[in-house]
Amino acid sequence: MEDIKNIIESLLLVTEEPLTIDRIKNILIEPGRKEIQTALTELSAEYEARKGGFLLREVAGGYQICTRPEYREWIKRLLQPKPLRLSKAALETLAIIAYKQPTIRSDIEHIRGVNCGGILRMLFERKLIRILGRKEIPGRPIIYATTKQFLETFDLKDLKDLPTPEEIATLGDASLENLE
Amino acid sequence: MQEDIYKVQIDDIFEGPMDLLVHLIKKHEVDIYDIPIALITKQYLEYIEWMKIMNIDIAGDFIVMASTLTKVKSRMLLPSHDEDDDEDPRLELVKPIEEYLLMKSAAEKLATRILLGEDTFVRNPRPENHLMDHEGEIIKVGLFELIDAFQKILENISPHERVDITADRISVRDKIAQIVDIFETRGSTTFNELFPENAEQSEVIVTFLAILEMVRLSLVRILQNTRTGIIRLFYL
Repeated sequence: MEDIKNIIESLLLVTEEPLTIDRIKNILIEPGRKEIQTALTELSAEYEARKGGFLLREVAGGYQICTRPEYREWIKRLLQPKPLRLSKAALETLAIIAYKQPTIRSDIEHIRGVNCGGILRMLFERKLIRILGRKEIPGRPIIYATTKQFLETFDLKDLKDLPTPEEIATLGDASLENLE
Repeated sequence: MQEDIYKVQIDDIFEGPMDLLVHLIKKHEVDIYDIPIALITKQYLEYIEWMKIMNIDIAGDFIVMASTLTKVKSRMLLPSHDEDDDEDPRLELVKPIEEYLLMKSAAEKLATRILLGEDTFVRNPRPENHLMDHEGEIIKVGLFELIDAFQKILENISPHERVDITADRISVRDKIAQIVDIFETRGSTTFNELFPENAEQSEVIVTFLAILEMVRLSLVRILQNTRTGIIRLFYL
């Protein structure tokens, strides 16, 4: 298949969610995973060389064309999206779920020291977290984990791609100043 | 000390006891592994007093932390008689603070990433947006419609198929996890798809219970197309 790169590019243009290599393979049938991977790498390199309006990102286990961050203001004028704007408290709660998953509400509240019910509901409504089921302990608490939408929102390939939080050195440290 | 309290502004209202504790530790630039417990406890209690004066409802969590601080402080004062038990009482505080700071730092890191819908954009009409387009044709399904549909599925199971007690039976919880996996890849599924034709009666029942539980947890929205009668489940 000579035009494999073009075919994949056309798929990427139309797809609504990140395309996995497996998905591409199911569509193209003939070429192997390695060939598809090479084509994707080449496409990405081409976009980087061209430095146009978009790039190819690897996210949530797949590949997706997205706009370059530099042009965010222009896109916002076009789409007028609802701002993502997660509060500090919401981000902390989300971080705890992301790093500790699967986890239950009492464990999250233990770390943050405050009630998280409202925040959990909000994160759930925004599809950033999902419910895995209930833990078989007294009270049968709900077990939470993050979603694919979470990976897509925070530009993560998978959960292993989560940034490593900074180790705590001293509290007068400049890096900790940024936490407030 | 009095003027310290005066300087406090509205945005200094702490979200929780950990927040307040970390603020105090930071303000005094002390090492979290060597907290001057008397000073921090004193200031913590002063803040709580101040919050009371300002008529801010103090959650029980703040009081719990105050008592922990006081406890640690008193344990620091007591001489240790047991040689083996000379663990620093402040460890009780250090561990949670460390963990909290780690998660705060993680949250900060997440916030600086290239955010979808904020910094970068994709071609992305999400399935739930499509859902709205069909609003006129689709109705929400009530419990009775669901039970009717379930009865049809039960009728289709061959009567010879009996529940095998010895077989590995799947729990409702596992089933929910399975269904969630389907949703994670596809976003929606029809009711009938969840019941394979050759399924055992026990599995069919577990699947149905799983669906009901998922509705209760508001994990799914169940809608029926008025023309085709097909019932679809949408992941929320």
